[in-house]
Order: sequence, then structure tokens, then C-alpha cells
Amino acid sequence: MFDLLIVAAMLWCAFQAVRGTRLLIAALWLAGASALAAILMFRLGAPEVAVIELSVGAGLVTVLFVFAINIAGEEPPVKLRTLVPAPVAVIVALCAVGLGAAMALPNLRAASDVIQPDRFAKVLWEDRSLDVLLQVVLLIGGVLAVLGLLVEGRAQARKEHQ
Amino acid sequence: MWLSLPFLSAVGVLGLLGIGLLGLLVTRNLIKVVVGMQVLVKGALLALILAGKLSGQVQTGQTIALTVIVADTIVSVVALALAVQVRRQFGTLDLQALSTLRR
Repeated sequence: MFDLLIVAAMLWCAFQAVRGTRLLIAALWLAGASALAAILMFRLGAPEVAVIELSVGAGLVTVLFVFAINIAGEEPPVKLRTLVPAPVAVIVALCAVGLGAAMALPNLRAASDVIQPDRFAKVLWEDRSLDVLLQVVLLIGGVLAVLGLLVEGRAQARKEHQ
Repeated sequence: MWLSLPFLSAVGVLGLLGIGLLGLLVTRNLIKVVVGMQVLVKGALLALILAGKLSGQVQTGQTIALTVIVADTIVSVVALALAVQVRRQFGTLDLQALSTLRR
């Protein structure tokens, strides 16, 4: 029953995040969905990733959203016509979910009763060290991209000032 | 079966993927696009952990999910920085207006 409540609340938060017109409130709904997803991950037996998701997904990303919305400024909540007509978008999303449900739900049983005995740190640092390398490269690339964007914006502002 | 944790998690995964897809299809705001993408990625993360649990390899699922979290965070940071610059340059976050802008 507890899991059912968690899943229902998570889906409700995600729907509100996508549906809302105010950006700041959408960011807060997204943080709620992240926190509930982290609880679900913990219940699924993945506490390490749950903690990281809670701190990064619900914490850091929300702070970044609020920061970006404050800098960019929130546009007035005008009801704009969507690029794809809303009924078509709903039908496409429902078809995708229905297809996924038809493929995944009937085969939803544990393929193996054997639980992986290794610790998370061992799997991360020894078995999947290439992933760690990829993460480091991604971090460096992300930092360089943000620095490049900010420097370009500052140079543009300086040019306009002159 | 209906109230078991794997079944409910699978429903959550499918729901998050559907909601994220719907958000990406209907939104016109650049920052809301990032919100829709975040919802999609949450579904993918849960799917990875659920697959790890069902195959008895929870730690491998966790490791791959960690990589996805790092990649997703960096993509979000870059996309938000880009949105801020677009707003400064063009004064709007509307995708329709941006796609028809002439400099």
C-alpha cells in the first residue's frame, strides 16, 4: 500500500511539473517527483543511487532551475498553442505507454533468484571503471561548455555596453 | 501481483516515460523542455534499477544509473545555461518564436 501511494504521488508530481504554466512551481513539483523516485529506488534495494538522486536530482538540479529561472526571468503565463496539437500528443504518449506496458508487464518476473554479492564500490571502481572515466570526461566537458557559454554572454554584454 | 513492488515500479516507469514524452511534445518553453527531459530520465533511472533487481544484479544497475545521473545533470546544466543566454540574446524562451527568428 505504501509503494502504491509513493508511485501515485510521484506520477502526480511529474504530471504537475509538466502541466503547470509557472516555471518556478514546475521546478518544485519536479523536485517532489525526484524525492519520491529516490524513495522508490531505496525500496528497490538501491540505497546508494537513491541518496545521490535525492541530493543531485532533488537538490542540486532544483537549485540550478531556480537560479536559471531567476536570471532568465519568468515569462507571463500565457496559454500558447502547442507545436503538436494536444490531443495528438496525448494519443502518441498513450500509444507509447501502452506499447511499453504490453511488452514489459507480462514478462515482469525475476529472471534469477541469485543476488549479486558484490559491494557497490567494488562494481563501480573495478568492474565498471570505464563508466567512471566517462563520468569524469562528462564533468570536464560540462564545466567547459558552461564556462564557454558564460564567457560568450559576458563578451556580448561588454560589446553592447561599448 | 498487482501490488508487488516490481509491478508498481514498472507502472511508475511507464507513467514517467509517458508524462515526459507528453511534456516534450506539448511544451513551447525552453526551460519546460528541460523539465520534460528530467521526467523522462527519472523513468529511465527507475527502469535501470528495476532491471538490475529483476536480473539479480542490483549493483550493476546502480552503477549504470549513477552514470545516467551524472550525464543528465550535465545536460541539464548546459541546457539551462543555454536557455539563459537565449533569453538574454533574443528576449524570449518560446521555441516557436526562436525557430522563426531572423537575425
